[in-house]
Amino acid sequence: MAATDYSHTLGTHQSGGLQRNQSRYSNALHVDWLLLTLLFILMGAGLLLLYSGSGQDIGMVKRQAIHFAVGFLGLFVIAQFPPRFYQRLAPWAYLGGGGLLLAVLFFGVGAKGAQRWLDLPGLPRFQPSELMKLALPMAVAWYFANCPTPPKLRHLLIALVIVLVPTVLILRQPDLGTSLLIGTSGLLVMFFAGMSWRIIFSMLTLAGSLLPVAWLFLLRDYQKQRVLTFLNPESDPLGSGWNIIQSKTAIGSGGVQGKGFLQGTQAHLEFLPESHTDFIVAVLAEEFGLVGVVFLLSLYLLIILRSLLLASRCETLFGRLLSGSLATTFFIYVFVNVGMVSGILPVVGVPLPLVSYGGTSVVSLLLAFGLLMSMSTHRQKT
Amino acid sequence: MNASSITEQSEHRVARWRFALVLVAFALLILAVVVQLVRLHTLDQPFLFEQGEKRTVRHEVQPGVRGLITDRHGRPLAVSTPVVNLWVNPRQVNVDELLPIAQDLSLNWSSLRSSVLRNQQQRRAFMYLQRQVEPSIAKQVLARGVTGVYGDEDFRRFYPAGEITAQTIGVVNIDGVGQEGVELAYNQHLTGQQGSRRVVKDLYGNVVRQLDVTQIAQAGGDLILTLDLRLQYLVYRELKAAVQQHKAKAGSAVLLDARNGDILALVSQPSYNPNNRAQLQPQAMRNRAIADLIEPGSTIKPFTVAAALDEGIVQVSSTVDTRPGHIRVRNKTIRDIGNYGVLDMTGVVQKSSNVGVIKLAHQLGADGMWAFLAKAGVGETNVLGFPGEAIGRLPYPAQMDDLRLATVSYGYGLSMTPLQLAQAYTSFSQKGCRMPVRLVLQDYPNARCTPVMSADTAQQLLAMLETVLSNQGTGRRARVEGYRAGGKTGTSHKVGAQGYDKSAYVAMFAGLAPIDDPELILVVIVDEPQGQEYYGGEVAAPIFSRIMQQALRMRQIMPEGNAHKSPFSVPAVDREAA
Repeated sequence: MAATDYSHTLGTHQSGGLQRNQSRYSNALHVDWLLLTLLFILMGAGLLLLYSGSGQDIGMVKRQAIHFAVGFLGLFVIAQFPPRFYQRLAPWAYLGGGGLLLAVLFFGVGAKGAQRWLDLPGLPRFQPSELMKLALPMAVAWYFANCPTPPKLRHLLIALVIVLVPTVLILRQPDLGTSLLIGTSGLLVMFFAGMSWRIIFSMLTLAGSLLPVAWLFLLRDYQKQRVLTFLNPESDPLGSGWNIIQSKTAIGSGGVQGKGFLQGTQAHLEFLPESHTDFIVAVLAEEFGLVGVVFLLSLYLLIILRSLLLASRCETLFGRLLSGSLATTFFIYVFVNVGMVSGILPVVGVPLPLVSYGGTSVVSLLLAFGLLMSMSTHRQKT
Repeated sequence: MNASSITEQSEHRVARWRFALVLVAFALLILAVVVQLVRLHTLDQPFLFEQGEKRTVRHEVQPGVRGLITDRHGRPLAVSTPVVNLWVNPRQVNVDELLPIAQDLSLNWSSLRSSVLRNQQQRRAFMYLQRQVEPSIAKQVLARGVTGVYGDEDFRRFYPAGEITAQTIGVVNIDGVGQEGVELAYNQHLTGQQGSRRVVKDLYGNVVRQLDVTQIAQAGGDLILTLDLRLQYLVYRELKAAVQQHKAKAGSAVLLDARNGDILALVSQPSYNPNNRAQLQPQAMRNRAIADLIEPGSTIKPFTVAAALDEGIVQVSSTVDTRPGHIRVRNKTIRDIGNYGVLDMTGVVQKSSNVGVIKLAHQLGADGMWAFLAKAGVGETNVLGFPGEAIGRLPYPAQMDDLRLATVSYGYGLSMTPLQLAQAYTSFSQKGCRMPVRLVLQDYPNARCTPVMSADTAQQLLAMLETVLSNQGTGRRARVEGYRAGGKTGTSHKVGAQGYDKSAYVAMFAGLAPIDDPELILVVIVDEPQGQEYYGGEVAAPIFSRIMQQALRMRQIMPEGNAHKSPFSVPAVDREAA
């Protein structure tokens, strides 16, 4: 007990020290400068990599830079509002997002057999599921913040419903990758909120027993194909196994040192598919080798560690839950993408956060960091 | 206050504990990724690197240019020019993007579209768009940057002399393999050796950069022919005009250098344009000068006389009684055109007397006759060693009874090609020695001639052949103004379904000039001339005259004192036997 108290004091002391150094700026702008610097380094590296991965398409790099600018603007704006504001906003954001997801099912537009976009007049085309990436953890965190702690089983079940509704809606689009990620982000909030081990294990067992059911009834053919391909990519090397074989080839041919910037053949000669979006890590691995990959992963780890530290420092339960969920979700993005590209996870269309090309993903991630900073920098008035 | 603080703290602690757990889980997951990455980057690196190379590095074949064929003065007869073979990968191509390309190439859009779509359905990865496209047009097509459209370097064969040399040079097929003539006979020599280079290609097969050249493309060997394009053109022009004038079925001519057997011109009619074979008639590809067998008819008579002289059976001044203008051999009567009375050897040749040569042949006997004609090259195989070359036929002595011997003596019952006939005549010009003929200048540098008769006999025969062109001879219209020439006319019935055809003839003339020291030998064959004139002396002799006249000047041979004044005042009709 004493030890725990001690560590707690240490933590408070540390955070206090850091806060003292940066207090003037933090208080003025409500941002965390260390996290911001790490993000800048990541995005700089991302632009460089995008230049190579896109086949030296400077136009694409410029567009991505614009996405970053827009995202940062959003980050700063979001960070200015206090956590209380988001706590009040959370249920409405969730309901709005759910409504849009329903609208997508009926009026959505898309390609390749999936309806993921909503084309509302007067707005740029966007994916409501991206909105839900923020709205769902907010809603779950809001729910637990209003519950007595530790939560009872009843509360956990209601939270589970809050998580499952948008997850299933997104799964129906169909978009397996996003639905899993969003579901996971909700479950993480539940975990942080204090789910007991008994419940965690029983839920894992339930999920395990539901897997065959999901395989038979929920998953679409192409999704099953992806899983089968993951288990044995060589079974269909020119079809669904192509991506993963090409990506492994690109990674491996880089060696430890890499072939050098812009020297990778697999990506530049278009053997590597999606080299500027989902498979951009393979470009990095081919051109900068193991060294480059380890550097990038370290950068991500630093960002996540800093985010978790900020999350643990939040004053409100809502803030802690939301920040923790956002930070862990970010990690899962990175892990799923790198795992997919290196062949230890099936191919699910998850971009590498802040490096893969794509406006919606970049903006929504930076908005999430804005939320995270808002949660950790605003002092509650006493 | 205190209670709420405790709750706050415990809650905080639980959250921290959970954060730590999450961190541990993260560490494990990241470890899994890193392990996998390290494995790929180090353990699997050699294999995967090789896989990468396999995807991008290709050995590309580079065509070797086919050798040049020229005439003896280096004028090109067959040249290879660079072209581009355009092809599409139906799996990659969006068929509607091909519309502008079809317009560039003037292809039928709807048929192109349907064939691309058909290949798409069959999942083919290769289909020619158009082969042998001019480089400038191909460049324009490729510059459109349509995905799935490629161009490969290739060469196209072009024949500058066109129909003039068509059958002799022959053709190559679209893959550049010789199909006929010299192109086929010397295909191996002419074919270049493909080179190869290692290149980096992208997914769409475009060469990104060259790594190295593993095998340099070797050009095929050049070929210098003995043909003289100017003479070839001359002979072709005159023969074609005559064939048209006489509405003949076909014709051929061979012009030899009398000193060494070089073929200076080798011409066939009808001909074709080897550069555009769309409306090609198969029979136009026949090189009649070496592929057609003719019965030489009267043109063989000088050999019968020469054989008798050479064997010492007769002298030049010896006489034969040809009265009454016909002779009965076994149950057949063989006639001369008229009753020539008693003729000396010169008279026999000059008048082309069948009776005369039959009597000489019967004195010679079958063995003597066979031996002499065999030396002269009748029935010899492989004169040039060309594909499609015909083998003449000479009956063995045992097959020759009196009648057969008689017919052979005036040129029936044996066969040879026009080229063989011309070659046989080289024995008159070369002091009795028959020269091997050649079409390729590099061939047989030290070829030896075959002795046929004594030099004296050859000299005597030349004098006799000159008299054929005199006013008393059958070949008056073969005279060459400004030069003294000699030769022999010939007319043979063609063999039809029921023996010899009464109304189908082959008119021919074989001759040499200048007669004192012959430089050129010319054989002219006109197959089935229609109309009033069909004798060799009427149809073939004037062609000989016109060709020789110009050929001798082109060869810059000094005109001599004219033996035959005013060749144009000769009687219109020359008649000869057989």
